[in-house]
Parts: sequence; structure tokens; C-alpha cells
Amino acid sequence: MKTFPTGGVHPPENKLTSNCPIQVLPIPQSVAIPVSQHIGSPANIIVNKGDSVKTGQVIAESKGFVSACIHSSVSGKVNKIDTVIDSTGYRQTAVFIDVEGDEWVDTIDRTDEIVTEIKLSSEEIIKRCLQSGIVGMGGATFPSHVKLTVPAGKKCEVLIINGVECEPYLTSDHRLMLERGEEVLIGASILMKALNVNKAMIGIENNKRDAIGHMTKLATAFKGITVHPLKVKYPQGAEKQLIKALINREVPSGRLPLDINTVVHNVGTAFAVYEAVQKNKPLFERVVTITGKTVSKPGNYFVRTGTPVSKLIEAAGGMPEDTGKIVSGGPMMGKALSSADVPVVKGTSGIILFPRSESERTESKPCIRCAKCVSACALNLEPYLLMTLSEKGLFERAEKERITDCMECGSCSFTCPAGRPLLDYIRLGKSTVIRMAREKVVKK
Amino acid sequence: MSSTIIITVVSLSLLSLFSAVILYFIAQKFKVFEDPRIDEVQAVLPAANCGGCGFAGCRNFAEALVKAETFEGLNCPVGGAEVMGQAAKILGKEALAVEPTVAVLLCNGTPEFRPHTTKYDGVPDCRIAHSLYLGETDCSFGCMGYGDCERACTFDALHMDPVTGLPVIIDDKCTSCGACVKACPRHLIELRKRARKERKLYVACSNCDKGGPARRACKVACIACSKCFKVCEFDAITIENNLAYIDATKCTFCRKCVIECPTNSILEINFPPRKPKAEAPAENATVNP
Repeated sequence: MKTFPTGGVHPPENKLTSNCPIQVLPIPQSVAIPVSQHIGSPANIIVNKGDSVKTGQVIAESKGFVSACIHSSVSGKVNKIDTVIDSTGYRQTAVFIDVEGDEWVDTIDRTDEIVTEIKLSSEEIIKRCLQSGIVGMGGATFPSHVKLTVPAGKKCEVLIINGVECEPYLTSDHRLMLERGEEVLIGASILMKALNVNKAMIGIENNKRDAIGHMTKLATAFKGITVHPLKVKYPQGAEKQLIKALINREVPSGRLPLDINTVVHNVGTAFAVYEAVQKNKPLFERVVTITGKTVSKPGNYFVRTGTPVSKLIEAAGGMPEDTGKIVSGGPMMGKALSSADVPVVKGTSGIILFPRSESERTESKPCIRCAKCVSACALNLEPYLLMTLSEKGLFERAEKERITDCMECGSCSFTCPAGRPLLDYIRLGKSTVIRMAREKVVKK
Repeated sequence: MSSTIIITVVSLSLLSLFSAVILYFIAQKFKVFEDPRIDEVQAVLPAANCGGCGFAGCRNFAEALVKAETFEGLNCPVGGAEVMGQAAKILGKEALAVEPTVAVLLCNGTPEFRPHTTKYDGVPDCRIAHSLYLGETDCSFGCMGYGDCERACTFDALHMDPVTGLPVIIDDKCTSCGACVKACPRHLIELRKRARKERKLYVACSNCDKGGPARRACKVACIACSKCFKVCEFDAITIENNLAYIDATKCTFCRKCVIECPTNSILEINFPPRKPKAEAPAENATVNP
């Protein structure tokens, strides 16, 4: 069985919700939809206070190439345009909508019928992705139309569909493959058509045997799509690691997968692309896992964007008493939320409630140079060195040590026996180095 | 036996003599002329190597002084007028009058005024906390209180107050080198003109949010109501980005704005008590002396 060769860790899986079918979360009374749910420039709001909107209507248009449209996830009246604290931890502009009924835009096909035939051409598919606000659903939320546009001189040979879901606790992609496997595969075929490739590989970690079996069976009906089980290892869901594991090619430092003739999309994205292209349904709903060891009713839910996290916690049986942290995303790369009123956005793959005993940090002790972090790093970096360099403010040296290659997977911090905050400092150094490089460009 | 010793001594002596001659000529050939005035100027500089002048250290600053035509733009904030005068004397140039400055904190968000909403258990480093979220309080502009400025200060002039969670600047020790200004990720420290008797009058807030959210996050936040702007007779106050700013070079310390401010975000420090006729709404303004 394949996997990537260097580094990686094995955090306890804790996939508590892998047997919980996806339910639909009731629509809340009001939603707050942030206009920046993706990497790139925030979308331009095109509705005003008091406007009536329908479910699926564009409320903010994409601004620039690397940007995405934002759609209303509910029908009702725009209450106000104000700021809301979102999962970045800062206030962002958001459109607040008071819900009235659930009236969808007429063009959306709401039937359950699965549409297999792909009618749109490659250009039309990319345009539809842009209009439907499709972004990478794995968590990075990079606008998908950018990834589908192959620049002149480059060629994509193979499409990789990421069904790894290596983060502990999360099961949203797993359930999606089990319950909507056919749609995911049609989505993959659509992506293949958009990229003009005839080969697609779906990578699934071996802890999801039912999904591997199910997808392999379904994939026989699709030309060019193959399913590949992978050895369980974190961070296999990272783009570069998955490429290495599946087709044994390495993405050079500072380059994109397209430079080695491949493109990676998440299964969630494939599903969203299916809905956008075949059903004309823009991205305003996603599968979110709500879980935690102390949660009474953990589960997977279809959640409309803008729904406050508190509604999701309510559906899972309420907040356990000794909750120490609410984490958005996986336990390795996710971020603690500052309140339960944070809205669910396109990139929210899961909400995990940690009891106080598990959420507290251990005391940071001196580094003993055991180099466990070096062997855990999947990118051949030296985390202990990068941490010291950022701590001391030696950012130029850190740049030479390839600090910008770090994908912030957290394997180093996870493995450190001294409990040192390696990733905290590396992230600081990385952002500073990127900022310095940008300032240099501006000066020139 | 003795001949071996003699041969060794003689040959080694010849070898060293030969090397010395070569070294002498090489030294003459690659000699670097260094202005002796650089050493003289460096001797009068404070040797703090704090970087407050904008150069890597006192030596670099001395070199820059010797090279410069005039002293414009060159100032040692630590040594001040005295040191610059001495340096000018050595170099036969004219010392420019530079007004001494002192660091002030543009935030007064003590826990009393700015209640905590979350608990941060990450690395106690302001830069990291700032990159993660808006902080333990609801104000995304205010002091985070993890002491990056305290660690940056090499003059022992800045200490974190454990009660208020804010840094306290000791005016006598502050050399206005600017290390804390650079260290603060939220740009909360400003170098302001030093006034007589260390008097200070400034808007102790950096919150650029609109009035409502600013006030909800902190009781002493500037809400940009522009009352101070209207009452000021000397055009010293400007309002930009929902925040009032008092220009220290124009302010005459009339203190009218302090009385006007509805949120007490303008601090007056080291002033004598007001005459009784002005009823004292500003009594709780001197929290952070």
C-alpha cells in the first residue's frame, strides 16, 4: 500500500462519527454570511439593507481573478451589513439575513435525480465554478476556477481526487463518499473534462475501508477513474504528500502541482462541482462534522453557510459542561474559536469540542535536540531551527532554511516531547517572511 | 647535539624574519585608512547599541556622522542634545536642535474598562497572539499584554503592570530609542514630544472601529465623536479612521478636550489638580501615570 516516504505522525484517529449518516441541520432564524470565505480578495457586496434575497442568490460578487462569489444560503431579508468575528479570529464584513421561509432561486434543480450526462464544455464548466462560488472544500478554500484554468504552456496529465481526510475526528468527506459517491464521481468526471485529462486517481486512507469498497465498485462505471487505498499517516491529505504517495512525483519548493502536470481537488469540491454544474446549485451548503469525546450526539450535518456554530452544537446535544475549546477544522490544523457565534463558512469541515483536560497546553520545556520534529516533518525541514530563528527575529536566515515551504500541518508540535510551541513560532516566521518578500517587491 | 639546536634556532629565526618582511609589505599594501575621528565620535556616544538612531550600532552611527555633510536626520535619541553637541564639536559641524521625545502607550484598556471575553493559553508572545485572533478582549486594536515591548526595552524603562496588564513607561529611563515601537505588533507605542515636568496629554486609544463596537469592547475607547476636535482652539486635534489624535507640537495643554471627552479616553498626566470651578469629570483619567 502506498504512502509518502518522509516524515508524518500517527495521531489517535478518534473518528467517532464515521457511522453517523449525514443529516440536514434545520435552517436557523438568522445567518451572518462573511464576504471573505476564501483565499484571495473579499467579494464585493451587491445587496443592500432591507433587500429580499432568495436561497442561492448572489449577494457578493468576486473581485479579481483569485476571489469567489458568495451566495445567500437562506431566503429572507437583509437585516444589516456589519462585522462578525469569524473563524480567522478577527472581525470581517458579513451580510446578516433574517430567514423567511426557504424559497430557492428558480434555476436550481432541487430534484434527487442524478444527472450523469455532462453537457457543458470545458470553458463553461470553469465559468460555472466561478459563478457558483466553488472553493477548495478541504479547508484551504482556494477558489477552484483558478485551479481549473491551466495556463498556456502547462499541461495537466492526471487529476487527483483527495479523499484522504487524514485529520483525526473529521468524517465529512468519508460520509460524503459513502452516501453521495456517485455524485462525487460525476464531479470528478466534470473536473476531468474541465482540465482536459483522461485519468483521475482517488486517494483514500485505509481507515475508511467501507468508502474504498464503495467507491471502487462505483468507479468501474466511470472511464479513467481509479481508487487507490493509502496507508494511514498524517499529513497525507496535504496536496504535496498525496501527489508523492500516489504518482511518486515531488512538487518543487515554491511551485504548484500543475508544474509537475497534476491538479488535486478534494472530494467535497468534486461534490460541490457536481451540484454546481449538473444541478445549477451554487455553494451555500456543506457537510460539517460536529464531534468530541464529551459530545452527547456527535454527527455529520448538511449546514447552510452563515449558520452560527452554536446551532450545530445545539443539534449535537448542547455544549458539554467542561468544554475547554471549540475548534473549527481538525485537531491538528484547526483553530480554536473565540465564541460559539462564529458562522459556519465554506471551509468549515468540522467543529470539535474538547474537554478542558484535553485542550490545555503542556508547559514548554527546553529543547533537548532529540530531532523528533525533524523526522516528523514531511517536508524535510528542521522545525526546531526554524522556531529558534523566528523567536530571535532572524527572518532572513529562516527564509534560507525554506520556512515558507512549511504547510503548518503541526506534526512537529504534536511530536515534540518537550511540548515546545514549534508551529506557533514557525507560523509567525513564515508570515513575516512572506510579508517581507511582498514589501521588497513593492519597493522595487 | 648542540649543532642541532643551533641549526634549528637559526633556521627558525631566518624563517620568521622572512615572514615578518613579507607581512610588513602586505600590511602596507592592504592598509585601510580609517578616519581617526570615527573613534573619537564613538567614544562620546553612549555605547548602548540600541539601534534607536536607525543604524546597526554606535560604531555605524559614528561612521555616518563623520561622513555626513550636515547632521540633518541624524540623531542619537539616547544621548540627546548633549552627546550630539560633543560630536558636533569634534567634527566641527553644527548640532541641530532635536526635540527630545518619550514613549507613550496609546491604550488604556485595563481589565476594569475592557473586560476579558476569552482566555488565551498559547505562547505568551504578542506577535503570535496578534496573528491568531483579536485577543482576550473584544478590542482588536488594544494592548494584548504579553510583554513584547518589555522584552525589547534594553534600558529597563518599561515594565508590565501585573494588575492592569498594560506596560508602564518610566519617563526618566526612557531614551526614546524606539525598540518598543517596533516590537509592538499593534503599533500602540508612540514617541511623543517631551514636555515640561513630563506632562503628557494624548488620546490613549488606538481603536479604529466605529463608535458602537469600540465602546462595547472598552469603556475608555475613542468613539470619534469629534467633541475634542470642536473644542480645540489650536487645530491640534485631527480625526482619522474613527480615532482622534492630538498633535503634540500644536497642543498647548489647555486641557479643554479632556473635559469634553465623553469616554475619558484622553489622558492628562503629571498636571496639577484643576481649579475647583471646572467640575472634575476627568478625575479617573489618570489611571496609567
